[in-house]
Amino acid sequence: MLEVRGLEVRYGTVPAIRGVDLDVRRGEIVGLIGPNGAGKSTTLHAIVGVVRASKGEIRVAGTQVQGQPPERIVRLGVGLVPEGRRIFAELTVEENLRLGLCGRRSKAGSREALEGVHELFPILREARRRHAGTLSGGQQQQLAIGRALVAEPDVLLLDEPSLGLAPTVVDAVFDALRAIRERGLTILLVEQRAQRTVAFADRTYVLSNGEVRMTLGPADASDTDRMIAAYFGS
Amino acid sequence: MTENAQTLLDATALGSIYALMAIGIGLVFGVLRLVNFAYGQLVMAGAYALALTQDAPVVLSIALCFAVVLALSLAMEFAAFRPLRRASPMTMLVATFAISYLLQSIALVHFGAIGKIVVVIPQLTQPLTIGSLHVRWITIVTILVAICVFAALTLFLNRTSIGLQMRAASIDSQTARLLGVRANAVITVAVLISGVIAAIVAVILPMAVPERILVTPDYALRETIIVLVGVVVGGIDRLLTATLGGFTIGFAVGALSGFLPSSGDWPFTSSVYLDSAVFMLVIVVLLLRPEGLFARPHRSAVERV
Repeated sequence: MLEVRGLEVRYGTVPAIRGVDLDVRRGEIVGLIGPNGAGKSTTLHAIVGVVRASKGEIRVAGTQVQGQPPERIVRLGVGLVPEGRRIFAELTVEENLRLGLCGRRSKAGSREALEGVHELFPILREARRRHAGTLSGGQQQQLAIGRALVAEPDVLLLDEPSLGLAPTVVDAVFDALRAIRERGLTILLVEQRAQRTVAFADRTYVLSNGEVRMTLGPADASDTDRMIAAYFGS
Repeated sequence: MTENAQTLLDATALGSIYALMAIGIGLVFGVLRLVNFAYGQLVMAGAYALALTQDAPVVLSIALCFAVVLALSLAMEFAAFRPLRRASPMTMLVATFAISYLLQSIALVHFGAIGKIVVVIPQLTQPLTIGSLHVRWITIVTILVAICVFAALTLFLNRTSIGLQMRAASIDSQTARLLGVRANAVITVAVLISGVIAAIVAVILPMAVPERILVTPDYALRETIIVLVGVVVGGIDRLLTATLGGFTIGFAVGALSGFLPSSGDWPFTSSVYLDSAVFMLVIVVLLLRPEGLFARPHRSAVERV
């Protein structure tokens, strides 16, 4: 569904990521972990077209997307839940969701998509007339996820969805991701919480210094030595 | 008493014109983060269109004014704003200075420095007598038009999908694009609405402000500068505060010029010291409320955990 081949992004002359290869197949949840500055967000930003790739290829459902503006990449089937949620605090919950509809390939089915998100996150229905800024952090995260889901993307990218949330709220976010997984959505999950992500995802890439260092499976989550080696190098 | 009421009505009308210009400038600033210093030249172009078609039927003349202003708005967007999309706000501001002076020079070369008289609808400049109050029709029309424009724009921004996209793009344009909002389409619509408002001002200004009956190359330049100051005083980040800022400074100019005696010693002569008095008020406001007169204190609701 999502194929990244030999991706390279430079900030000035400094390469932020070098030769990254990623594969996310239909219905899979793939994790992407790594220490701060490893290039996780840069990779996502390159996929959605916010930063320009200097080399490499990005394909979504077979269509090449690099070099396209973000608003077109969304319509090609890439949904993003950005870091820090980036909801529109002064707009209502409903308006935030309606903005998500802009990324749909066709208007048909909009109502059903909204209903689907309301079913997944009932609070978004109850609070639909409230300003999004009055929601709690966890609810705002649900809104950010719901806003991406109403566009019915082929692949959903999540950039550190648990960042800055209280531990119990993080549980709720992972519950939500589990619910989305059951709907068969394809997900690329970027996270700082390594152990949790490795246990949750079908496969997890470990990124370090702008390169994919290794790939872990759910069984590795309990292997503390391997986790430490993945992060800090052996 | 009557004289005071008349002064206040005139000041409200002047405030309404400035508020209209503030809406036009604020709308484009919202989606582009671009302060369009050349906004007054859109009004100038519209006023020339009216002046040069004095003999044509008034409807045709006004239609031509709208066509000229809208075409020029689009030309600015495609020839200047779009190529500078990734430039810094300072670069874009300087570019609009250049556009402003370019358009003034073109007008000077083509039409000369001597003003052309614009009479749009002479009936509207006739007074209406209510008791002892003499109000010109245009005063009332100006206030009503400003209210209607503001109401229509509010409906547009709140009730339509493109309006919602425009508000989102004003708040956080990158996130809006990541959701699929077509930035260029939204900006083009904002530029067009801003142009419509400039054309409305071009029709109203020559009738509402007596000394503006003469179109010159620097037409509406002074208004633009004062409106920009008003927009900053009100708070440029939001359309409502920018509009209120425009209205307030226009009202202040109108009221001060009415209440200050027109002759005598400093600081009491409106003809000489009007601008000084207005800008003194501006300095006081910015010292007391640097974030803008009507800006709400910053809330950090988004940072909630």
